[in-house]
Amino acid sequence: MGRKAMETLVGGFVLLGTLAVVFLALKAANLTSFNAGPTYTLTASFDNIGGLKVRAPVKSAGVTVGRVTAISLDPKTFQGTVTMQLDQRMQFPDDTSAKILTAGLLGDQYLGLEPGGSDQNLNDGGRIKMTQSAVVLENLIGQFLYNRAAEGGAEKK
Amino acid sequence: MTASDLLPTLGRVALSNLRGMGRSAFFLVEMLKQLPPTLLRFHLVAAQIHAIGNRSLVIIAASGLAVGFVLALQGYYTLSRYGAAESLGLMVALSLVRELGPVVTGLLFAGRAGTSLTAEIGLMKAGEQLAAMEMMAVDPKGRVLAPRFLAGIIAMPLLAAIFSAVGILGGYVVGVLMLGIDPGAFWSQMQSGVDVWDDVGNGVIKSVVFGVACTFVALYQGYEAAATPEGVAQATTRTVVVSSLAVLGLDFVLTALMFSAPH
Amino acid sequence: MSDAIVTLDHVTFGYDRRVILSDISMAFPRGKVIAIMGGSGCGKTTLLRLIGGVLTPSKGRISFDGTPVDARDRESLYALRRRMGMLFQFGALFTDLTVFDNVAFPLSEHTTLPPPMIRDLVLMKLNAVGLRGAAQLKPADLSGGMARRVALARAIALDPDLIMYDEPFAGLDPISLGVAANLIRRLNDATGATSLVVSHDVKECFLISDYVYVISGGRIVGHGTPAEVQASDDPEVRQFIRGEPDGPVRFHYPARGYGEDLGLRA
Repeated sequence: MGRKAMETLVGGFVLLGTLAVVFLALKAANLTSFNAGPTYTLTASFDNIGGLKVRAPVKSAGVTVGRVTAISLDPKTFQGTVTMQLDQRMQFPDDTSAKILTAGLLGDQYLGLEPGGSDQNLNDGGRIKMTQSAVVLENLIGQFLYNRAAEGGAEKK
Repeated sequence: MTASDLLPTLGRVALSNLRGMGRSAFFLVEMLKQLPPTLLRFHLVAAQIHAIGNRSLVIIAASGLAVGFVLALQGYYTLSRYGAAESLGLMVALSLVRELGPVVTGLLFAGRAGTSLTAEIGLMKAGEQLAAMEMMAVDPKGRVLAPRFLAGIIAMPLLAAIFSAVGILGGYVVGVLMLGIDPGAFWSQMQSGVDVWDDVGNGVIKSVVFGVACTFVALYQGYEAAATPEGVAQATTRTVVVSSLAVLGLDFVLTALMFSAPH
Repeated sequence: MSDAIVTLDHVTFGYDRRVILSDISMAFPRGKVIAIMGGSGCGKTTLLRLIGGVLTPSKGRISFDGTPVDARDRESLYALRRRMGMLFQFGALFTDLTVFDNVAFPLSEHTTLPPPMIRDLVLMKLNAVGLRGAAQLKPADLSGGMARRVALARAIALDPDLIMYDEPFAGLDPISLGVAANLIRRLNDATGATSLVVSHDVKECFLISDYVYVISGGRIVGHGTPAEVQASDDPEVRQFIRGEPDGPVRFHYPARGYGEDLGLRA
């Protein structure tokens, strides 16, 4: 086969392969969701971050507005500090509260932001003061059993 | 063989295996050293990409499609029991991109391209072509082997990506068109669950590693084959066996490194 | 400068305990056709490999045009090899390339000549061996004799000072034999190169050689001009030249007594 024909075929193969990778990246994975555009950083502290992971989405009203970028333990307060990056276009008031919620019943955990009513917005590097920790299933079950036991005891009396 | 022969024989076998491993290590280093100059003669590499990549397209695409079909079928019945049939797209995509794409492509590559490489090099050796090239002051490692090595490393990730992509499409055909899953759920579940870097990226890294391993084994076996018909036949068998074991072994190691540590 | 293009100085070579060549000293004068002959397994091909630097002698030295042939010095060895041409027994053509590309190979690898010039050179070399019309064929399309002629064209592509032929006459029909012998002699005279022909074809070698070495059991048992070797008294040389089935090289492979083997009682 001629050299030109072969080179064309090889080029075609490489193109096909690259398209496959691009397809996988775009259609199959989450490349397009939230990458471009300027961002700003906020932090929030929680008693228990539960199963929250780095790169978990930050959502408000269910819409993704940012990503968790770092999780660390504050050595003084022993609270979990979550750092996140939000889309610059989404400004939140400084009395916004952050909750760790679960997608579905047993899904991945994400950070939910509920805006407050203040006129002042949070700036780059700001802290979200009102936080609600993740619901830990064991605590919930323990509490449930304790309540049942207390009820049972109360009934007997 | 008497008992007193056993120990020396074991020792001889162990030593010769050790020597073999050492030689293959030297061979690998030689190959890697030849990569930069080979890049300069890319038309040699292109010819090999054609032989290795283009010629494997049909089997890779066909296998990808078949695996995608089966994944969707099997997955549907299992997921339905937990009411999670909508996650079929996610399941198919993750299985393919993380594991089946790189691994099955690696195994098919070892069988199709690997054996063809080994046979080609072995026959060149048997026909004294490599010796003739040496006598013409051209190093066959650089002229014959290195372009094939580079071509294998380039072709494998591309083939694996094609396998996964075709598999996902196959899963779509079975899941949405035949089993009636909602197409929106199929794609959106997939998109929210498959991470570009952790899943697709790691899959690509795996397929590059497998490409290096399979191509290296194929070339080494061909280069070291005995210059007889039986020698070449044995070498091709060894290529398939060693490459397949290498792919599976490396897959275990890489999966452990990539997917078990929570971030 | 000595008259010899290649000298072997007390060369010994063997594998483990098997000695293939022992204490061989030879000097090949420039511009001549020298035949190296002997029975199978006597070490003739090993000699070529030693001269080409593929094998390293256990003892002794080999030099090519004054420079020692040393397999450990890759650069110097490759420089020497560019001045040698080797014709392998069955041609060893590159099966994935056309006849043209095969002959062009040394030119395109070692020179920076422009393609039109390479084309002319290739066609000239092919013409010298009579295969200019076969330039676009693939080795699979060639007969054994034609393949060897193409390999010869490839071996002389860089106009080497030394051309080595490994059994060039083996398995050829009478016409191809005549062609091959004729080519070897004519090329040698036309280019002024030195030709080393390793063969056991007595008739053809004597016809075209200026000097003959007969090797047996790793030693030189006879040497001289073809006429001198023909008239030699040495029994090994005579057995070889005359093709006698039994002589110093025994007909029977060592075995125990015949009667014993058949189970006959004495």
